[in-house]
Amino acid sequence: MFGALADHTRRDIVRRAITDEEGIVELASHYTMSFAAVQKHIAILERAGLITKQRVGRRKVVRTNLEQLRIVRRLLDQYEELWRGRIDRMRELIGETVDALDISTSEPISEPADALNTAETKESHR
Amino acid sequence: MTVTAVRTDPHKLTLTIEAEFDASPERVWQLWADPRQLERWWGPPSYPATVTQHHLAPGSRVEYGMLGPRGDRHRGYWEILEAEAPHRLVFRDGRANADGTPNIDIPPATTRVTIEQVRVGRTRMFIESTFPSAEAMEWLLASGSDVGRTQAVGQMDAVLSEDSLATHRD
Repeated sequence: MFGALADHTRRDIVRRAITDEEGIVELASHYTMSFAAVQKHIAILERAGLITKQRVGRRKVVRTNLEQLRIVRRLLDQYEELWRGRIDRMRELIGETVDALDISTSEPISEPADALNTAETKESHR
Repeated sequence: MTVTAVRTDPHKLTLTIEAEFDASPERVWQLWADPRQLERWWGPPSYPATVTQHHLAPGSRVEYGMLGPRGDRHRGYWEILEAEAPHRLVFRDGRANADGTPNIDIPPATTRVTIEQVRVGRTRMFIESTFPSAEAMEWLLASGSDVGRTQAVGQMDAVLSEDSLATHRD
């Protein structure tokens, strides 16, 4: 499932375009796929703002927009934090239902104290 | 650890996160299918969510509001594309205007949820979110206030990135 996400060609284009000042035709020559397919990858990267086409003298070259790459990474990191928080809350909710079931089928609880005692015992063995 | 894997792909503007729970797929599905449970995990504690409409079927919508610590209100919606209890949910995750209509200035993300049993009592959930553009991702984060403001400390980066994006747009 994760494997499907990794696109080596796009990664490679971004990597090359950091240092090499190549036009689309030159870039495409590195890959066995069709020129149209490479163009498509470049269009996706351009839409994401990760590369730009710039004029250098008479040539049009593809350049990686490092600033944008950093911004996108940061945004994805924030989104990851958001989902980690949500998943933590999901886990708590699921835990609550389990606890609720335990309580409903047993006597009033003295477990927290027991848990503490156990923890202390463990500590003292160190 | 509940979260077992995370993958971010800046080239495809995609985040994939994998988590495992000690529960059945049906129990995990309930987190999404029961609006009262959804309210308790969707927004962070400082942005409690209220689900005002909820129906998980293709073409249906979920609508919710969030109330921020400064009294700021935000509305959002899911447009359901696929729903197969208890295993699969695909929806567009967008922001709404004050009257509940989709805010078309902020293109929605697409989120795919897959829930599968690892073994009895153990369930794996995949979440894959894809964004239409970096700008959309930033606006979705900022306007839902899901993260930036709630993680307060150490999130000055967010402000910095807003500045640089603003320059970028010119």
